[in-house]
Amino acid sequence: MTAKPLDDCAELLLRELAPQVLGAVIRRFRDFTAAEDAVQEALIAAARQWPEEGLPDNPRAWLVQVACRRMVDHQRSELARRRRETDAALHFDQLAPSPGTENETEQDDTLILLFMCCHPALTSSSAIALTLRAVGGLTTAEIANAFLVPEATMAQRISRAKQSIKASGVPFRLPTDQDRAERLRAVLHVLYLIFSEGYTSSVGRELLRLDLSREAIRLTRAVYILLPDDVEVAGLLALMLLTDARRAARTGPDGELIPLTKQDRTRWDQEQISEGVALLTATLPKGPVGAYQLQAAIAAIHDEASRTEDTDWPQILALYDLLKSISDNPMVLLNHAIAVAMVRGPSAGLELLNALDADGRLTGHHRLDAVRAHLLELAGDHPAAIAHYRIAASRTTSLPERNYLITQAARLKENTANQVGALELN
Amino acid sequence: MKYILMMNCPKNGYESFGSWPKKDIQAHIAFMRRFDKPLRESGELVSAEGLADPKQAKLVRAGKDGAPVTDGVFPEAKEYLAGYWIVDVESPERAYEIAAQASAAPGPGGAPMNMPIEVRQVMSGPPEEFL
Repeated sequence: MTAKPLDDCAELLLRELAPQVLGAVIRRFRDFTAAEDAVQEALIAAARQWPEEGLPDNPRAWLVQVACRRMVDHQRSELARRRRETDAALHFDQLAPSPGTENETEQDDTLILLFMCCHPALTSSSAIALTLRAVGGLTTAEIANAFLVPEATMAQRISRAKQSIKASGVPFRLPTDQDRAERLRAVLHVLYLIFSEGYTSSVGRELLRLDLSREAIRLTRAVYILLPDDVEVAGLLALMLLTDARRAARTGPDGELIPLTKQDRTRWDQEQISEGVALLTATLPKGPVGAYQLQAAIAAIHDEASRTEDTDWPQILALYDLLKSISDNPMVLLNHAIAVAMVRGPSAGLELLNALDADGRLTGHHRLDAVRAHLLELAGDHPAAIAHYRIAASRTTSLPERNYLITQAARLKENTANQVGALELN
Repeated sequence: MKYILMMNCPKNGYESFGSWPKKDIQAHIAFMRRFDKPLRESGELVSAEGLADPKQAKLVRAGKDGAPVTDGVFPEAKEYLAGYWIVDVESPERAYEIAAQASAAPGPGGAPMNMPIEVRQVMSGPPEEFL
């Protein structure tokens, strides 16, 4: 007999409540590590019991109660263990629930948890896993499945991450104003990584796996609701919406990649595009422009062109010029070179690639070869383009991209052969 | 990023292992047993397997009707895959570090074998720059 699954609505409720419940339990017991385990158990209990018994009148209170009961059990067994080991006197005062500072709001708890889970002391893979569990309310099994690793591996990663947080002594409160901007940047970076992971590992496995891109959008939206005046939070949310809007069009029936220029644009999600554009329009005048906002603006220009040839490249180039002035990322320089090629011709773009060769940071990176191949093709130098498509294919570690690049080389070779053949016939 | 660490052994590797002194065999086995533990605890180990003696291996091809046609003996090869680890790590350097530890497994007389471990990246989905 299999248990009835939760319906989507209850599932979403559960996930939204997760950080609030965790915040409440941490306030009461002041132990992040154990509280996080107790809440996970409460969420699993809810997923099992609610479909059978119906939604409780107060789901939040139900979860807090179950998690607190688990905490008490945990403390009892800890006590028993310590008593066995040391026979030491009991320090009940340490275990009594603290009066708690319930004046801080539940909303703050979600933010505090995000700041904790995305702490710079953690590696990015640990931060991602912990964020998805503690803030996203996902089970270890779901997260493990999303990253294609065994559940035990993911459980260990999460447990290690919690130990690091404990060891670094991060208090359960919002960072000081001084630290806040930098810590928020770390949070946004982790959310961005979750979003990209959802894309990078989804091909051909959509049915089996949790949708990490949607999860990243959900969490970023929660941050946006809490910090509506932060331009980069809005910028990141807009970037995710405007990028994810192309999801249906960017892979073919066999999971093959379809580049932006070849996508069926009628399959883009117009509702998401409108939401992303509205967010950008509302936040652009609010303050200094940030990197996420600029990337979102570039995505918006692509999304607003109903045909590839209608793309406003001069506008995209202007945005890359701005982005270049605030970011030292060589990938930005590479994308800037593409925009230059589209506005001033492929040879102008190729010259910039030579400058990137000299820069050295992208040496051996397949993306530099892939862009060079594309610009050489535009310039009509097909033999060189074929060679660079092949070099790029040999350097990428992405299977769909390797397939895309070798197919590009093969296509160009056939076209060139056909042209030569046609000339000979004439 | 995921890497596969492949431990290859020479053609006669399985027999020569079997002819080591007992305490060296035991030390080697104990090393291999212990080896996975820290990787499991750090949340880096995806999977690890040791493979049976290549003498039992078969080479299979599809026949005309698609049915398997097996060659009785494994073909001549200089080296055979003896076992592998798949790890999910933060950097290639970390994968190399793990490989170096495996390479130093004790051999006859307890000295490190320094056997070659082939490290190759496991391919993934499309990169984010395709976003």
